[in-house]
Amino acid sequence: MSVLLTVSLLCLLAVAGFVLCRRRVLIMAQGDTRRLHSLPAYYGWHGALMAFVPALALMTLWQIAQPLVIESRLAGMFPEAMVEDTSVRTLLFADVRRIAAGLDAAVAKGTMTPDAAEELNTTDGNVREQLEASGVALGAEVLPETLAAAQQYRAAASMAGTVRSVLVLTVAVLCVFLAYRWTNPDFRARNRVERVMLSLLMLASLIAILTTVGIVLSMLSESFRFFSMFPIGDFFLGLTWSPAFQGSSELGFLPLLWGTLYISAISMLVAVPVGLFAAIYLAEFADRRVRSVVKPLIEVIAGIPTVVFGLFALVTVGPALRDWFAMPFGLGNSGSSVMTAGIVIGILNIPFISSLADDIISAVPQSLRDGSAGLGATKAETISQVVLPAALPGVVGAVLMAASRAIGETMIVTMGAGAAAKLDLNPFEAMTTITVKIVSQLTGDTEFNSPETLVAFALGISLFVITLSLNVLAVWIVRKYREQYE
Amino acid sequence: MNVMTVVERDVSETRSKMDARGVQVWYGDKHALKDVDVAILDRTVTAFIGPSGCGKSTFLRCLNRMNDTVASARVMGKMTMDGQDIYDPRVDPVQLRAKVGMVFQKPNPFPKSIYDNVAYGPKIHGLARTKAELDEIVETALKKAALWNEVKDRLAAPGTGLSGGQQQRLCIARAIATSPEVLLMDEPCSALDPIATAQVEELIDELRAHFTVVIVTHSMQQAARVSQRTAFFHLGNLVEYGETGQIFTNPRDPRTEAYITGRIG
Repeated sequence: MSVLLTVSLLCLLAVAGFVLCRRRVLIMAQGDTRRLHSLPAYYGWHGALMAFVPALALMTLWQIAQPLVIESRLAGMFPEAMVEDTSVRTLLFADVRRIAAGLDAAVAKGTMTPDAAEELNTTDGNVREQLEASGVALGAEVLPETLAAAQQYRAAASMAGTVRSVLVLTVAVLCVFLAYRWTNPDFRARNRVERVMLSLLMLASLIAILTTVGIVLSMLSESFRFFSMFPIGDFFLGLTWSPAFQGSSELGFLPLLWGTLYISAISMLVAVPVGLFAAIYLAEFADRRVRSVVKPLIEVIAGIPTVVFGLFALVTVGPALRDWFAMPFGLGNSGSSVMTAGIVIGILNIPFISSLADDIISAVPQSLRDGSAGLGATKAETISQVVLPAALPGVVGAVLMAASRAIGETMIVTMGAGAAAKLDLNPFEAMTTITVKIVSQLTGDTEFNSPETLVAFALGISLFVITLSLNVLAVWIVRKYREQYE
Repeated sequence: MNVMTVVERDVSETRSKMDARGVQVWYGDKHALKDVDVAILDRTVTAFIGPSGCGKSTFLRCLNRMNDTVASARVMGKMTMDGQDIYDPRVDPVQLRAKVGMVFQKPNPFPKSIYDNVAYGPKIHGLARTKAELDEIVETALKKAALWNEVKDRLAAPGTGLSGGQQQRLCIARAIATSPEVLLMDEPCSALDPIATAQVEELIDELRAHFTVVIVTHSMQQAARVSQRTAFFHLGNLVEYGETGQIFTNPRDPRTEAYITGRIG
């Protein structure tokens, strides 16, 4: 029985649980809801949750455990040498699963009878071609062991699927029955439902945290693999970036770090003053009608995809800077440059800063402005000495968000600044950033086994450390200079 | 009501500090203040009383042109300070507000240190050339506001960390640090407990020696305790204006009598 069908049946059971429990409690209270501990709907929800939650939890665990159990059973079918190394073993079972899925697809399409799929044999001809005929593409020729394992896998999986569905539905029915038995007017249904809701809320916040932890761990393990193949000193202190897939690559981190910081710095030089000034105008000077037009217009920029900004950098800003600044001043003749990418990323970040800062500045209490004006301060003095300091923590947060975006921006850099890793002070030279190199190292059909590809993970974790330290720095600045209003 | 106990009402000053003649205020279509004539005497505490929405705060805010910051407000009539028209186009409201300080209903210390709160006005007006001068101004203002002894050891602590009464006295210190000539107070005690209120009232009486004080209050007892002159506003009209003792003991207008005996308002 498929997962989808099982879940649908679970939903039906949940509806039944809702109706049954709600009706039972109403009958027991003789229709007088004041005799109930909770509102009638809570008894219903309790029934529904009892049907759903334990059964779903069981199913999730089962789905995680099933492939592991089956694989450890099937490992015996292969020669010892093939399953010894974990990475080879992982690839092998990926093949097994793919062939099994291919057989499933072929059966589902009707190009192969179920019996034929079970009896398919490498001696009967080319399995790869047979599967291809039914629309399943395989990378390499199929080994007899793999095919046999795949057939076993199919059998085991379909068997396990049936057991799973029966088990899950039994648990659900049992739980609904329990909920029905427990239901009486004194039963604290609301408290139990609220506890489930609370755990749901906690689970949601946990998912975000666990994802971060998972990302860091996966990056770390791949980075360690990289550093076992490439000296760590050469990576962090190397001044040259020239990957060569034949080996003898130089994978120096510093040119990329320099490009990233240079481009981000220029973009912040554009975005922070313009964004902040726009925010001050909107929050302190613009009247309501102007504000209601201007603010959405500025925010339109935030809705433009970055690749469109990249085009703008490529065809407009880049050539303009080259023709009007770089060439006349003898600073180079490159259309793609640090300046181009920096300015365009800066423009991209203006609405971020202006919109957030505008909200923050508007949230500063009017009483502070009145107090300042009442002392004979001008509007400028009030803004610079009272309003902005009070808004500082939020403004720093907004700036930081923009900085993280600038550091992580990829598309505009690719199209605006080029892909040449260089250590140079001239802002009209083409340079590149960490993110661009991560993409270019992983583009194409690559396997994660050479330093040239694994370096992407080392770059990723470095990028993560940079943005994390920016966050820490911002928190520290805010703590130190915060002027908290009530 | 025991009105004659706290302050002896020797209104020796007769010189008028601020004069209002035929002042009208509109907020959009709302006629908030109708034809008000008041002469505020120098070095005197003048109290404005009246029910909510009667226009007393509106009038107070005309005296330092704070109504300019309200887009929909229109002020008409003549208002002078030491004989000079304060609504003259040549008068910069910023300069006027340096001379006419204001303390608000809710304590609104800046989110800065106690010292910086008081030093804010002197700094922006360039009243002190050296750090020592500024220190002295801050100390004097805090002493005049009867706050010095409580905060002298923690001038670097944030002003928002003080208690409500201390915050309001800090705001008063902040206002007098710019050495204004007139001090406007918009219900300065309405957010304070009785003890803090008593401290601020005592302070107001002492401030009379140096400043002209105008106070808006909802509490008639407070008006009776601290002021020498009282103006009663009702529905945008100035109903009666005179010596405080006379207003509270022998009002001429029946509406004033009705208000102070609690029948309207």
